[in-house]
Amino acid sequence: MQYNKNIDMLAIEVKNLTKDFNGLKAIDNISFEVKEGEIFGLLGPNGAGKTTTIKILSTLLKPTEGEALVCSFNVLKEKDEVRNCIGIVFQEPALDNQLTAIENLDFHSRLYGLNKEKRQKRIKEVLRLVDLESKANILVKNYSGGMQRRLEIARGLMHYPRVLFLDESTLGLDPQTRRNIWDYILELNKREKITIILTTHYMEEADYLCEKVAIIDFGKIVALDTPQKLKDILGGDIISVEVISPERAFEVFKKISWVKKISKHNDIVNLNVEKGEKKIPLLIKIDQKEEGFEIKSVNLRKPTLEDVFLYFTGRTIREREVSRAEGNRFMMKRRFRR
Amino acid sequence: MKSKNFQAIYVMWLREMKRFLRAKSRVIGTLAMPFFFLLSLGFGLRPSLNLPGMPQSASYIDFLVPGIIGMTMLFTSTFAGLSVLWDKEFGFLKEILVAPVRRLAIVLGRIAGGITTAIIQGFLILIISLFIGFKILNPFGIILTLIFMFLIGIGFISFGITMASIMEDTQGFSLIMQFIIFPTFLLSGALFPVSNLPGWLKPVIYINPLTYGVDGLRGSLIGFSQFPLLLNLFLLLIFDLVMIALGSWLFSKTEV
Repeated sequence: MQYNKNIDMLAIEVKNLTKDFNGLKAIDNISFEVKEGEIFGLLGPNGAGKTTTIKILSTLLKPTEGEALVCSFNVLKEKDEVRNCIGIVFQEPALDNQLTAIENLDFHSRLYGLNKEKRQKRIKEVLRLVDLESKANILVKNYSGGMQRRLEIARGLMHYPRVLFLDESTLGLDPQTRRNIWDYILELNKREKITIILTTHYMEEADYLCEKVAIIDFGKIVALDTPQKLKDILGGDIISVEVISPERAFEVFKKISWVKKISKHNDIVNLNVEKGEKKIPLLIKIDQKEEGFEIKSVNLRKPTLEDVFLYFTGRTIREREVSRAEGNRFMMKRRFRR
Repeated sequence: MKSKNFQAIYVMWLREMKRFLRAKSRVIGTLAMPFFFLLSLGFGLRPSLNLPGMPQSASYIDFLVPGIIGMTMLFTSTFAGLSVLWDKEFGFLKEILVAPVRRLAIVLGRIAGGITTAIIQGFLILIISLFIGFKILNPFGIILTLIFMFLIGIGFISFGITMASIMEDTQGFSLIMQFIIFPTFLLSGALFPVSNLPGWLKPVIYINPLTYGVDGLRGSLIGFSQFPLLLNLFLLLIFDLVMIALGSWLFSKTEV
């Protein structure tokens, strides 16, 4: 097996994928690869094209252009093979809530052709994995949102998929439950050696879970790397300075030699520096009256993916979502249509 | 088809059975209307009514019951087909569509589930009608009745699937009820002989597949029909095949 050592098996290959909804490009010429066993994140605001990407990869939508391979099967030409090797947890719940948890899992595993022995064994296994054994015979309509999500993850795993898609799988859950689901995801990635593609607009989620992150905005991938490397682009530390007359402060800070990068956002000026704790006193020493601005607060932190998003798109993810909602009713309508 | 696809038909049927047995209110709800029609029209018009076009020997109840069974089949079957819409609404359709089975198997499974529940409900109405004075002339007619119920059911389930595949959500549901299902019922000869309707309505009646369903049921149960039973069978069969083809074709194009 020596010769195999440097060849990484690819779970997903996407080449120049485009999806056009009546002239509106939901995704625009995107390409990426996901290695087998990796946790890969598509990070971006609502309407950026994450769900469309997932739907194409899971054969539910046809791409307008480009090619996508899942487990080396073509999503257009080898639908059944693709469907067999993937599991998927949709953004909106997709359970039959007139059935119990076991019945939902049983329905799923019969649909995927598991025999009786395998079915019973696997149902127990996946229910244990998401801690729902004691609630197995309760009708799903009596489940809480978090329990439904866990059951859906369990169901996505029933037929031993090689790739699991999680589309906003923690949306609308409380922080505690979200944390739990993160741990389930990490656990099953380790235990079942399963490749996971997740979409999220929670920065901390992508940071915590993903080995690789693609930042996606307006249907395009603007950055793709490990969370650490993405953050390293911004340099060691970020000093956020809240000031009165930020324009003046921006001009002054820009000239300082140890400021590696600088950006302004509302009345906050962000400085990328090394050893930030030693730079704060130097900032304070600047004669603010003389230069015509006033520092109101100073904050020192390590860069987060939020900063990366801001760096690449010029706005925070929340602002992007607001502008989307206003400017792009068509897309919102599509997304919220069920 | 591969065994996986047969398994899919079975599991779709199984799911429908479980839901049917659990949703008692739904069953009572869909049976209520034919039941009230049967009671009010049956008792209200019984003493006096013998319309031209009705057999002299039969009472109005005898004439009415096959019509009400046809009505039950129409409503429960269309409803079963349209239930695809609720799966769309509650997201469950995605779970089905992403499975590695043929779309045709999904449609056939839904038809299998729908036809079972519809025939059960049709028979419940038949049993109820025995208590209010309906007499079955020929016990062998029951088998023929079953065949007609089957053919009516399959056609209208597929019709429901067709409509559900075109519609995006449940909003158009009442439109279909008001503008398709009710006219289909009223202009099928279920409540009165169609020979009394004015000539300009005749084409509508002849196009209406339920006309042949009700006529066939009447022939099977009370031995009186307007058209030959074989013609009824033949036309219903054509209706079924066209609807199954249309329904599964449109369903296969569904994107979610």
